[in-house]
Amino acid sequence: MSEYAIQLKNIVKTFGSVVANNNINVELKQGEILALLGENGSGKTTLMNMLSGIYQPDSGEILVNGEKVLIHSPEDSKKLGIGMVHQHFKLVDVFDVTDNIYMGEVNKKYNLKEKLAAINSKAESENIDKKKSKLFLKKTRECFNALSFYIKNIFLNKKRYYKLIELSNKFGFEIDPHKKIYDMSVSEKQTAEILKVLCYGAKIIILDEPTAVLTVQEIKKLFSVLKKMKQEGHSIIIITHKLNEVMEISDRVTIMRKGEFVKTLETAKTNEQELTDLMVGKKVDLKINRPVVGFKKPLLEIRNLTIKNDEGAIAIDGVDFYIRGGEMLGVAGISGCGQKELCEAIAGLRKIEDGEICHKGESIVGLSPEKIIEKGISMSFIPEDRLGMGLAPSLSITDNMILKTYRKGKFNPFVDRKSAKELADKVIKELNIVTPSSETPVRRLSGGNVQKVLVGREIQSTPNVIVTAYPVRGLDINSSYAIYDILNKQKQSGTGILFVGEDLDVMLSLCDKIMVLCHGKMMGIVHADKVTKEQLGLMMTGMLNLSEAKPEKNYGIAKDSNIVNNNVKNEESFAKGEEHED
Amino acid sequence: MNAIISLLSSAITRGAPLLLGTTGEILNEKSGSLNLGVEGIMAVGAIGGFLGACWTESIILGILFGFICGALCGLLFAFLTITMKANQNVTGLAMTIFGVGVCRFIGQNMKTEGTFPIMNPNLTSKFAENGIPLLKNIPIIGPLLFSHNILVYLAIIIAVCVWIYMNKTKAGLKMRAIGENPAAADSVGINVDLYKYINITLGGGIMGIGGLYMGVIINNGTWNDDWIGGYGWIAVALVIFANWSAVKALLGSFIFGLMLALQSKVGNLAAEFPNALGWTAKIPVEFYMALPFILTAVVLIINSAMHKKSGNAPSAMGINYYREDR
Repeated sequence: MSEYAIQLKNIVKTFGSVVANNNINVELKQGEILALLGENGSGKTTLMNMLSGIYQPDSGEILVNGEKVLIHSPEDSKKLGIGMVHQHFKLVDVFDVTDNIYMGEVNKKYNLKEKLAAINSKAESENIDKKKSKLFLKKTRECFNALSFYIKNIFLNKKRYYKLIELSNKFGFEIDPHKKIYDMSVSEKQTAEILKVLCYGAKIIILDEPTAVLTVQEIKKLFSVLKKMKQEGHSIIIITHKLNEVMEISDRVTIMRKGEFVKTLETAKTNEQELTDLMVGKKVDLKINRPVVGFKKPLLEIRNLTIKNDEGAIAIDGVDFYIRGGEMLGVAGISGCGQKELCEAIAGLRKIEDGEICHKGESIVGLSPEKIIEKGISMSFIPEDRLGMGLAPSLSITDNMILKTYRKGKFNPFVDRKSAKELADKVIKELNIVTPSSETPVRRLSGGNVQKVLVGREIQSTPNVIVTAYPVRGLDINSSYAIYDILNKQKQSGTGILFVGEDLDVMLSLCDKIMVLCHGKMMGIVHADKVTKEQLGLMMTGMLNLSEAKPEKNYGIAKDSNIVNNNVKNEESFAKGEEHED
Repeated sequence: MNAIISLLSSAITRGAPLLLGTTGEILNEKSGSLNLGVEGIMAVGAIGGFLGACWTESIILGILFGFICGALCGLLFAFLTITMKANQNVTGLAMTIFGVGVCRFIGQNMKTEGTFPIMNPNLTSKFAENGIPLLKNIPIIGPLLFSHNILVYLAIIIAVCVWIYMNKTKAGLKMRAIGENPAAADSVGINVDLYKYINITLGGGIMGIGGLYMGVIINNGTWNDDWIGGYGWIAVALVIFANWSAVKALLGSFIFGLMLALQSKVGNLAAEFPNALGWTAKIPVEFYMALPFILTAVVLIINSAMHKKSGNAPSAMGINYYREDR
């Protein structure tokens, strides 16, 4: 047997013009736990999906147990003994655990030929060819057995429930085989997924961010299961971006950054600081302008905000912050730590559980999105697929402008295309959007131009607060700088900007202050010119919590707050403390 | 009493093609495809089975022809939606227009010198041959349950078999998994496309038999322009009414069959019970003709208004599956 369970050699995978994986080399030894570490968008999941048969690499080789293989489908991957627990569970909600596992059961074969041969050879050795009729009878019975075996095999058997209990006991899980998936907690679902891959006899197990949705106790339990599996000879790859978990569970760790392979280290010979540095990389000076605007009053203030996500878990947990006019506040954090929910809550698209959102001192909680837009708060969120939110891809630029402006002149039943077209032309000219005309459907434009249309439209409604999430997602450098310029111009005209970003380098050069979120909790708000990238990295992974370390600073609460009736206990700290600093 | 028995018996006779259409559509929907082409597939099955029966002069082969023609239409639908990834709703509607058109095209051309084609009377009577010997002589139960044509019993057997297949077999489990969450099914190594192809084709074949029924029983093997007459659409609604269960479809198709039977039997009913039900004859017959369609609309409205998290509606129905989508 080869020393390595899996070897990935020079794997390249591109989606259109985006390079998701560039020359990746990952090796998994037999019976070890390998952690795959990297920020979001570093291509970890894409790489693993090539092992589970969802994607095929553009070039490069995959070796399983030393042999070169081609994995065309999840079925191939299963046959090779690779099992993947996806981040978004692949379970049928209305089935119980047992059916979810047994639906992938491979049909067994009845070895009729062998059994018949055995009867023949037995008859020969015992020399009873006189009783031919008896031999024939035996053979007939065997054929009948085979037939009844296959007929039985067509039907579902109640015994599958007992078999599942047996198996789960063997692996040390507690699970109710009759429980339906939709009745299960997240951790139970995960157990079901792990049990599933084990039942299929997987020797190589890939877990995609298994701890993202678990509580501390559940994580402990999961890790003890993983350790037990390792002892039994399973090889495990665990994708994560939590450093403490890497240190705790893994034997070796492979680091990826922006689709590139960085390094593989032995966990015992490294430390969290080194891993953070490798994960976020060296600071790059991007030479982005950061105009400084004079002191203005807070525009948007958020106090003790708590929001739940779609699954009902807490997405944002008691966060305070504020944005002044002419200020750009960056929001840093690993994706999925509440940015989307935060943006949606501010725009009025999502209900909040607790807390206050105040615009110029007036609460906007519970207002309709329309009212919130009227107050001058604009939200633009660029999702991963880039066209999903905010723009109608098949409509022209003009029509997309109308989507936001059609309410003007309320008593006119007809759409005012003329002014919309003027607006579209103005946006095209101002932002240098490359398009044949303002009547071109948005989906025909390149990614950068689509985003310019979206940002441009939001700016045309002259907002005083701009919430923008990932505005440069997937853009090339020039388009990105164009977007930064647009935002900076808005900032100079006194608009407050909340900039949710992915790239720390960009945020460090563009934003005035940066708020760091980690699992919905605010880790602190720092001045962008006084913080190091390493510090941000530590805060993002939850290892440095400034708001706990220096509670007296009251991050996120302005001393000249517009909120009169504030529920802050420690009022003296306002008097003492100046504008807080890092 | 006779009027009631004849009404109920007629309800079964009229419900059977609905049952076939519904069962076929359940196979489609449970494996994740919303096939709106039932009407068209039934029409093709009708004309194919009709020609097959006339040509071979055998009812068994006629049924087989109907099945094969329907299955071919199902295969076409499967090819368009699974391999070519066409939109299921649009493809289904196109199948309806196509199927009904094919049926009319062939039927019109069968006309010889202005007369409509009629199936060999011997064959028609074979199809309509009534009931199971001996059992059909039992009073009340006999005429009600045991004096129907062979296709009624075939329809019931198919519905029960489909129910067993879906709920009691491993293949059925896999097929339901695909209808609920194709990504999950794919990730455990189930061949999603293959299962969908098989189920859609099979479902098409069953619809085809339903179409044949419309041609040779409901229309007595006499060509007219509108053999299926909207029964295919009722079947689509019946799937929801039956909550995607082939056994509940038995009951559902009987109820809808009753509505359809009222059209012709309401007169008898009023005549036999002039005091209690005399008023029913005063309602114009158009109302009874519209009744099943009104009920269909009501069922659809109730279903969409309830918003309940029904465990039976397949959650991936109508959505084409792309493996690389996440």
